[in-house]
Amino acid sequence: MSNKNPVPFKGTKEQEQKLLEVIAKHKDQDGPLMPVLQEAQEIYGYLPIEVQKIVSEGLDIPLEHIYGVVTFYAQFSLAPKGEYKIGVCLGTACYVKGSGDILNKIKEIIGIDVGECTPDGKFSLEATRCIGACGLAPVFTVNEDVYGRLVVGDVADILKKYMD
Amino acid sequence: MNMINLKIDGTPISVPAGTTVLEAARQLNIDIPTLCYLKDINAIGACRICVVENRVNGVGRLVASCVFPVAEGMEIYTHSPMVLKSRRQTLELILSNHDKRCLSCVRSGDCELQRLCNEYKVEKENAYEGEQSAYVLDDSAVHMTRDNNKCILCRRCVAVCDKWQGVSVIGANERGFATHIGSAFDDGLGLTSCVSCGQCIVACPTGALAERDDTDKIWDAIADPTKHVVVQVAPSIRVTLGEAFDMPIGTNVEGKMVTALKRLGFDRVFDTDLSADLTIMEEANELIDRVTNGGTLPMITSCSPGWIKFCEHNFPDLLPHLSSCKSPQQMFGALVKTYYAEKNNIDPKDIVSVSVMPCTAKKFEAGRDDQSAAGVPDVDIAITTRELARMIKRAGLVFDKLEDSQFDSPLGIGSGAGLIFGATGGVMEAALRTAVEKLTGEELGKLEFHDVRGTAGIKEAAYKVGDLEVKVAVCSGLANAKELLKKIRAGEADYTFIEIMACPGGCVNGGGQPLQPASVRNFEDLRALRAKALYDTDAEMTLRKSHENPMIKELYDEYLEKPGSHKAHKLLHTTYVARNRFGDQ
Repeated sequence: MSNKNPVPFKGTKEQEQKLLEVIAKHKDQDGPLMPVLQEAQEIYGYLPIEVQKIVSEGLDIPLEHIYGVVTFYAQFSLAPKGEYKIGVCLGTACYVKGSGDILNKIKEIIGIDVGECTPDGKFSLEATRCIGACGLAPVFTVNEDVYGRLVVGDVADILKKYMD
Repeated sequence: MNMINLKIDGTPISVPAGTTVLEAARQLNIDIPTLCYLKDINAIGACRICVVENRVNGVGRLVASCVFPVAEGMEIYTHSPMVLKSRRQTLELILSNHDKRCLSCVRSGDCELQRLCNEYKVEKENAYEGEQSAYVLDDSAVHMTRDNNKCILCRRCVAVCDKWQGVSVIGANERGFATHIGSAFDDGLGLTSCVSCGQCIVACPTGALAERDDTDKIWDAIADPTKHVVVQVAPSIRVTLGEAFDMPIGTNVEGKMVTALKRLGFDRVFDTDLSADLTIMEEANELIDRVTNGGTLPMITSCSPGWIKFCEHNFPDLLPHLSSCKSPQQMFGALVKTYYAEKNNIDPKDIVSVSVMPCTAKKFEAGRDDQSAAGVPDVDIAITTRELARMIKRAGLVFDKLEDSQFDSPLGIGSGAGLIFGATGGVMEAALRTAVEKLTGEELGKLEFHDVRGTAGIKEAAYKVGDLEVKVAVCSGLANAKELLKKIRAGEADYTFIEIMACPGGCVNGGGQPLQPASVRNFEDLRALRAKALYDTDAEMTLRKSHENPMIKELYDEYLEKPGSHKAHKLLHTTYVARNRFGDQ
């Protein structure tokens, strides 16, 4: 099953130029891949196939090696961040208070899985570790907004606010 | 040499420093089981099946023998209770996330995991119950399938793709329980720049990787009275097919193989050695033309479809170096559907042209554009040695008891030169036998060109042919080819003629050849043993030069006119396409 992101790539010439400079800077050092991927993600916000191909050609490292590294480390993302970044806390307190069900409801409503972004670029979804709001468990965030003491039935109304 | 003394299961042995415990034990005829280890390319100590007990001051500790070097005074136990218990537990853990439908598995009977479970008396298939992976079968490639539900993550396929072939289109994706072998972005293999060589299949210990089985199409064709089913057999098949019937590696079973094919019901059984000879005639002519008329040099052979696809993806700028000759498989198919069809008054549309090949890339090649001399595909169905063995078994033929018989005429005569096409260096040697005689007009005293024989990845030689200084290179394994091509691209290579075969050792070690478990592959050189059978047979033949093959003379006299003629070009030559280094990803 192909794991290419459905969100169209919107990289600019300037971003590509920056990435090529990063590649040139690290090309001749030992183990150039990690630093290049980290800086590439800073430039683009994520690492879609278009970016990984530039890295592959620039460093002469097979695309599959790069994809293997990107999917191994949690720090790398294959999907862009949405206009609204949803983070569902799966820390212990939230989890025992039912944040797993909250997460499933969100997935159902916006139609994407954890680590993905909706095709219109509106929402992206992350499962987070404890965000330190255990008193409000279960908790999820939309950008800077925090929603707590939730039941599954609350989710649809909250998301509606961000939908137009 | 610094020798190390140790005891294995109480028996003293002395081995050079740096030897692994696995290798040392083998010298005492102890076969320690392995699943992930492949000599030289995959020593990662990951599967833990090869553990042995390293006893220090009476206290035992388990070590992975495939990567653990010997040390002075070491006391190793290879089948103590601690070892046996650990290996069985490891097998149970592998089975806890393994599709255990063995009955319908292509590898049932020669699966390395199945064999070990049997040897270690694993009785509880579900000793550890828990989450099961559920992967979708990847059947996107024309030549093979991947079923990750049967993958044990040994990474042997990844190692051969990367280190031998330099193709690197598969690897480990994700992490932890989600770890799986796949291509970038988990695209199907068919979208990648995979070259279809099939080396991953012969490296796989389980049923995760398999050639696409096309045998049912052949059974149907044979049963159809309106079809005339013709089969050609590649040079190397006769020296490998016997392995599928438990014969020693390097047994020539040509006579039994021909009998088996006739008994299976093919209407005609022909020999690809003939079109190998034809390839030499066309290729030698092309080379002489390029040398005399300032064509692109070095010229590179085009018999190996894995190599062709590799060049198209990774070195499209060097495509003009490729000979325009079709491969022997395709030349043969073209002859069957034109010359043979006309001579016997059969509509080419009613002929089913089958090939038995050492190679999964031949399945891809048969479907390429510009491979249809009569307006229909030159080759309709290409099967591997393994698929032929399966057909023989299914038909109930007692292979080792079959009488010998001979190929049918008219397309059943091949020379020794055509035969040695099956080994790395064979095409070069065959070409030299013809080119030297053609250019000098004198008969060769000695037909063997030893410099181009052997299993080295890159071989070089220089010959004086008449007034011409010919510098040649022979290369097998695509990682080696990559090195050579980079030199050509940089203008650092002044060869006249280069032979490249995709698989290390050439077709005898092709991705369609009979499977041998790691316990054999790690300690025997399949390439050399199988090649020796070809060279030994060639040495005993009287017809050893392509241009002396009477059928080749007849073909040119009656039909093709002369090498490089307009007609020969139309039927026997082809074109290539520049492809992207990322395939269609």
